[in-house]
Order: sequence, then structure tokens, then C-alpha cells
Amino acid sequence: MATLTVPALRTRTPAVLRNRAVGKLLLLALITAVLLPLLHGRAWPHHLTVSLTGPLTHASDWIIDNRDTHPLFLYFFGYISNAVVLAVRAVYVTLLALGWPGVTALGALVAWRVAGPRLAAGTAVAFLACGVLGMWEPTMQTLALMVAAVLASVLVGAALGLAGGLSARLDRALRPVLDTMQVLPAFAYLLPVVLVFGIGVPAAVLATVVYAAPPMARLTALGLRGADPEVLEAVESLGATRRQRLLTARIPLARKELLLGLNQTIMMALSMAVIASVIGAGGLGDRVYQALSTVDVGQALAAGIPIVLLAVVLDRVTGAAGADGAKGSRTIGWPYALAVTVAAALAARLLGALDWPNGWSVQIAAPVNRAVDWMTSHLYSGVPVVGGTADWAAHFTTWVLDPIRDGLQWLPWWSLLLIVAALAWVIGTWRTALTAVLAMAAIGVLGVWDPALDTLSQVLAAVAVTLVLGLATGIAAARSDRVERALRPVLDVFQTMPQFVYLIPVVALFGVGRAPAVAAAVVYALPAVVRITTQGLRQVDPAALESARSLGATGRQQLWQIQLPLARRALLLAVNQGVVLVLAVVIIGGLVGGGALGYNVAFGLAQGDLATGLVAGAAIVCLGLMLDRVTQPTERRPGKGA
Amino acid sequence: MRLRTTIPVALAVLGLTTGCGAADMTRQASPFAHTGGGKSVTLSVQSWVGAESNVAVAQYLLEHKLGYRVDTVQVDEVPAWDALSQGRVDALLEDWGHPDQEKRYVEDKKTIARAGDLGVTGHIGWFVPTYLVKQHPDITDWHNLNKYASLFRTAESGGKGQLMDGSPSYVTNDKALVKNLKLNYQVVFAGSEAAQITQMKQFAKEKKPFLTYWYSPQWLFKKVPMTEVKLPPYKDGCDADAAKTACAYPRTPLQKYLNADFAKTGGKAAEFLKKFRWTTDDQNEVSLLIAQDKMSPEAAAKKWVDSHPSVWKKWLS
Repeated sequence: MATLTVPALRTRTPAVLRNRAVGKLLLLALITAVLLPLLHGRAWPHHLTVSLTGPLTHASDWIIDNRDTHPLFLYFFGYISNAVVLAVRAVYVTLLALGWPGVTALGALVAWRVAGPRLAAGTAVAFLACGVLGMWEPTMQTLALMVAAVLASVLVGAALGLAGGLSARLDRALRPVLDTMQVLPAFAYLLPVVLVFGIGVPAAVLATVVYAAPPMARLTALGLRGADPEVLEAVESLGATRRQRLLTARIPLARKELLLGLNQTIMMALSMAVIASVIGAGGLGDRVYQALSTVDVGQALAAGIPIVLLAVVLDRVTGAAGADGAKGSRTIGWPYALAVTVAAALAARLLGALDWPNGWSVQIAAPVNRAVDWMTSHLYSGVPVVGGTADWAAHFTTWVLDPIRDGLQWLPWWSLLLIVAALAWVIGTWRTALTAVLAMAAIGVLGVWDPALDTLSQVLAAVAVTLVLGLATGIAAARSDRVERALRPVLDVFQTMPQFVYLIPVVALFGVGRAPAVAAAVVYALPAVVRITTQGLRQVDPAALESARSLGATGRQQLWQIQLPLARRALLLAVNQGVVLVLAVVIIGGLVGGGALGYNVAFGLAQGDLATGLVAGAAIVCLGLMLDRVTQPTERRPGKGA
Repeated sequence: MRLRTTIPVALAVLGLTTGCGAADMTRQASPFAHTGGGKSVTLSVQSWVGAESNVAVAQYLLEHKLGYRVDTVQVDEVPAWDALSQGRVDALLEDWGHPDQEKRYVEDKKTIARAGDLGVTGHIGWFVPTYLVKQHPDITDWHNLNKYASLFRTAESGGKGQLMDGSPSYVTNDKALVKNLKLNYQVVFAGSEAAQITQMKQFAKEKKPFLTYWYSPQWLFKKVPMTEVKLPPYKDGCDADAAKTACAYPRTPLQKYLNADFAKTGGKAAEFLKKFRWTTDDQNEVSLLIAQDKMSPEAAAKKWVDSHPSVWKKWLS
């Protein structure tokens, strides 16, 4: 999901930047010239690596041997685990007791209450569609998991955000932690969670919280800091205590940010629900994953569509709750909604129709599989003139991926650090540059320099493709309302469809290797890039455009000389988001032959090999941090005081 | 002040709701189990279709003949051992041999109990498609593989021949084999069985040459006939040190394992799972229905159960 949080867009004149940039680069060049005699060799020097295999294997053995007896597990992790199981179970049992009529009624009525009748109808249709696809039970399991995970994420996130919002010092301390949590590809930290909690729901919920809590924390802090100072002063002058001020003024004023935070948290938790199926979370994600093992794209799609529907419904409903003015006389009261739900559930119970009726489902798997088969058998190779997709993939691997990888691995290690430093410093501050260089150096120290560069080459290639396609589509959408409207549902689907669903079609089209991994990453990252580009271009000051038009600028001139330069910040954000999202999928690309770090993480998970998996996971995290810093367009300190 | 009192209260509430005293990590079932009010069993499914067939048939019989509710969880073998010892799943029906795990959980910790043979013998090897053997009959001996390396070249193999390996969860010594047998090949990991099967089908459709790590019993042999490449013969212990291995893979009678508590107190379900034992052909029949004819595992299991009463009646007695 696009982590579109807090793009504190600030304008800085490019001229000043350019001058500063030259200064920074000169300084870097000077430092290099001084250090150059000390640096030699191409690959990361062996004596600068630390092998973690021994300690990690020990740690893993210790955990397994002491998990059933040590107080740390009996009195701490055990309770957490039990609490999660109980919470998920409680929600699940409630959902089952409501039966499908009760759940559908409840969903529709809640949507009606917060967002009006149109979304209520949409919600009801979405729930019924889950049943029609034969996925009612897994949908309920996923919902139960989601409710528990979102609740926990919101509690954790709001607590962190409250701390950050009330204390500037805590805010500064939390910021790098949240940054790191957000750029971590989820796949990378499943293994340690599994080791402590074992396969299953508790581990899945906790991994989801790590992933989904940061946007809540960030937006809560932002909302609290951004409260109108005049209102606060007025409240203070009335003699309110600190606590009263917080509860009666600051939190209500931050309502919009809080709801946006909830929205972001839900979306991220949902995308994690599928990845967590790798560690036995059950539900829809598990169905997608099981369908994958029989190479059954149709079945995977049948389980993927409910996820998309849930995401779209939850996004629209929480989005409408955040926006003002959606409510009016058309909405209904809570008691009424509750009464109707209970009535529906009771009626279903009396009629004995709590479970989704067996006959009421449509099998979409067979036609979908036929379509995929047709596509792959006609496009894979031997298409006249343009060649088949397999040929493209082979060319892409030989002409693009191989040169980038070989180039990166050929560069001396210190020159790569230097390039990273230069990029990060020119775009950000010396702090971001330092973080980026340290992250890159950590990869070398972990002893996975070469595979990390292999992964990096895939990320770079995928980002390049994503940007070319994304910017072009984004520009088209920004210039025509019709294109944007037509694009919106397509983007929704691509953004929320679990990545596992399109792993098999990309293999069928591009063969096994790095090319399908790149293709899957492009599909996943494209929507965010398109969205941010469109938004950035549309927000360009209309006065500037108007004046350009009055001076007789052509459409092309307007685009290149006014819109694109003015939307520079948004475009950089698009690059940043593209990089982070691509990295998240290139890891999953390890499952279709992407190799490198992604394969190592998958290997670690599958073989319970903490040393391989965790080191690769840590390297991915470092890679993510480095890439994020190098492309970080916004300064992280939005100078507003509390 | 207020905070200081709330934390102990919260802990106390948590303690009461989760059962006082120590929270036993070894006794935690899935939150989705036992919801229907009846007895329930949780089976682990591994990512290959053969394992799915075992589970499908066991599930069908448990549900329809013994009246249990069955939950399934997809996990790879090694994590499944861990889940089994913790009671997250009750049974693992197809294990390909994990001596380390056996020692740790069955012999030392006694949290997992053996449940006998599955009846199927597993074998891992290197395979080439049979249409290729018709063109080059001597390709089935590893001595000749270097001669044909250029046939197997792909974009991923960097000028060498491609030996395709599968999921990271498989037992494999292939990297060491290629090195120790001095083969001009590059091991390319498909990353998952699904990706590997998809690629093999694509190759077969165009009658292209390929060399792959594969295993039997496997339903794909009926769709893409393949011939095994002879590697230096397997002797006991020749694969003891994975890095020095230079021999073929052994034949492994596949094993079943149960959670130790479940084995004792699992009643009819545990008895049934211990007796569950069928042949390679039986398993392939179900696998083919699932993977090739795209039947749901339940429908495939029903079809097999309806046509082989003599086999499964023994398991229920």
C-alpha cells in the first residue's frame, strides 16, 4: 500500500540547491582524495565483515530449547500470544454467530451510518460477492485477524503518536524508529517473529502491527502538533487543565488526521494479511498461497478478489468518515443499525442459514485459468515481428539486468559508498547522507555485499521501468479527467491485489528468473507512482498555468516548463515511493527465481535457518533505508512546534 | 499516580482472562479451531501437491466418516516440525527426512511422536524431458552432461547450462554436486514449486531442452514425461557433509508425525492418522485430479474415496 504519509511539501529554489550541491560534492571529492591511498580492492574487504552465523544459530537453539520453560516465555510472550489468540477468536466467533445475513447487514449499516446509502449498498454487494466466490469462511477469518491487528496497531500507533505529539524530544527520538519501521519490507522480519511465537495467528498479528502502526503514530503526532494555536489558547484561557486541553481540544481538532491514520493502518494491515499467510495466518491469504502451490491462478484470484473488495470498502468508508460533509439527514442512528443487525442474525439462526449456502457460489477458477492458458500459450514466444514475452524477458535480463548487476559488482566498494553519500547529501541533509552510507556499509559488514548488489540491480531496473510508465500515465491522467476516472478502479485493483496472485502469470509469461520478479514489482509499484504524479501535477498553482496560457504557451510547453518543474517535490516523492514499494516486491520475487537476498529470506523461513534468513532480512532493511534516504525529497523535521 | 495503579490492574485482568499462572507456549491451538462446537483436528499442508493429496483424503475421511472438523494450515516442513511441537498443528503427514529435527523433538524433547510410514517412497533426482532423451540417448549419464551444457543455456545461467532447482524448502545438495562433479552448470533457483512447474510446462509445450531437480512421486510426470539422469550411486553416509557430497539422493520412505499429546489423547482421529497408509499410485491419482484437472481438493478426495473403499476401510477399523 502507498505509504503516502505527511508529504510536507516545501518549496526551495533550485538555484540555491544547485550551488549548495556543488559545494557538497566538492567537499566529498576532497575527503575521497585524502582517503584514497587507504582504499583498495573491489569487493567488500573480507576483514571488515562480521559473521553472525554462530551467535544467531545459538540464539535460535536457545529459544527453541527454552520456549516451554523459561519465565520470559511463560510470563511475557506467552501472555501476548494468548491475548492475541483470544482476541481473534472472540471476533471470529462473533462473526460466525452473526451468520452471513448478520455480518452483511452490520457492514452495510455501519457504512450507511458513517458514509451514506451509496457506500452502504457497495458494502453489502462486496460482502455478498465474497460469499458468491465461495470464500465466506476465509473472509471471516481474515476479518477477525484484521480487527485484532488493526486494533492493536491503532493502540500502539496512537500511544506512540500521543507521546510524539506532546513532547518534541520524544518526537525527535521516535522519528527514525518510525522511518525504519516503514521502509522495512514485511517479508524480512517474519522469521524472528515466528521463532519466538511459532507459526500461526499470534506471529502474524504481531508482524502486522510492526508494519501497520507507523502511519497511525505519524498522523496522530502530526494532528496533535498541527492543532490551531488560537483555539488552544482560548481553551487555556478558560482555565482548562493539561488533560482537559488534550481531551476537549487537541484530540477533537486532530480528528481528521486520526481517521486518515486509521485508514492507512487498515490498508497496510490488509496487505500484510496475505504476506502473513506464509507463516500460517490462515484466512484469504492462506487460500491464495495454497492455490499458488497447485499453480491455480483462478483459485488464487477467487481468494484475491475478496481482499480487493474488503480493501476498497474499508478505504472508502474510513475515507468518508474522515472527510467532512458526508453526513446529513440521510444517515441512520446507531440503535436502529444495531437492532436491524440483531434481527437479521436472529432470523438467519431461526431459518438455519448462518453458513453461506453451498449452492450459491460461482466458480470463476476454470474460465480464469483458461484465459491465462490462452494468454501464455499465445504470447510466450513466436509472436510475429515483436517476439514473445519470453524473448523480451531474456533480452531484458541480458541487456538491462546483467549490465547493471555486473556494473555494480565491478565498482570498488568505497566508490559505491561515495555515490550513495553524494546522492543522499545533494537531495537531503548530511544526516540522511550519513544514515545512507552507514546502512550501505552495514550490508558489507554483514557479508552479503554481492547478493545485495544483485538485489539492488533488480530494484534499480524495476524503478526505472516503473517511473517511465508511471510518469507517462500520471501525466495523461493529470491532463484528462476522463482518463483519471477510467484509471481509478484499475489502480485500486492493482494496489490491493495480493502480490502472490500475479506471481504465476508473470512466470508463465516471462519464465523463471529475475525478469518476472521485476515485472511483478512494476505492477505493484505503478499505482502509487501514477497517483502521486497525477496529484502533484494537478496541485500546480492554477494562476501560474493561467498566466502561461495567456502568454501563448502550447500544451507541451506548459507541461515541461511549468507543471513538471513546479511539481518537482511530488515527483521526487513518487520516486521515493516507487523505490520502497519495488523493494518490497523484489523480495517476493525470490519465489519466482529472483534469487539474491529475497531467496535467502525465503530459504531462512522455509528451513528455519535464522542465520541465513535474518542476515538477508537485515541487509534488505539496510538497502531499504539507504534507498529511502537517497531519494528522500522532504526534510523530516516539519519545523512546527507543539 | 494513576498510571501506577492501572498497569498492575491491567496485568491482573490479562492474567485472569488468559488463565492464571504461566502461559504455556506448547498448548496453543489456532483461534479458528473448535468453533463449531465439535471435535477438531488441525493438519499441516506442505507446498507440494502430493502433500495436499494426503491431507485432502485424511480431511475428507475425518469429516465424513469420523465426524471431526478439520482445519488446515499451509507451512513448509521445517516450520511444520516446530508448529507440531507447539501444538499449533496436530499432524504432519509427509516428511522427507529431517534427522536434526527428529533428534531434537522426538528423542530429546518428546513433544512429537512417530506415526509410521505413509507407504510412499520418495526419491529426488535430476531429470530431463523424455523427448530430449529420444534425440540424445546418452544425455541420461552425468558424465555426458558437460557435452550438452550449451543446450540448457538460458538468460539466467550466465553462459553455462541451467540446472533448475525449486522451492527453498526442498532438501538439496545441488550446488555442491555441480561443484564436486565439475559440471559446467549454474544452479538457478525457481524459488517455489509453482514457478518451477509453470516453467517446466512452458518448456515442454515447445519441446525445449531442460534439466531440473525434481522428485517422485509427482503428478507432473504424467503430463511431462521425464527421465532421470544417472548420478554417482548413493551409498550410506555419502551425503553426510553437504559441502563434499558427490552422489545421488537416497530413496526415502516418507514418514508421518503427530504432536505427542495428540497421539495419546487424540482418540479416533489419532488412531486413524496412524493407520493412514497408501501407495504412490493412490497419491498420484488424487494429485492429478487436483493439479491437472483443477478439482477442489475436497472433490478429488471424494472421488478417490468413493472408488477405493477397500483401501480406506482398513484405516477406520
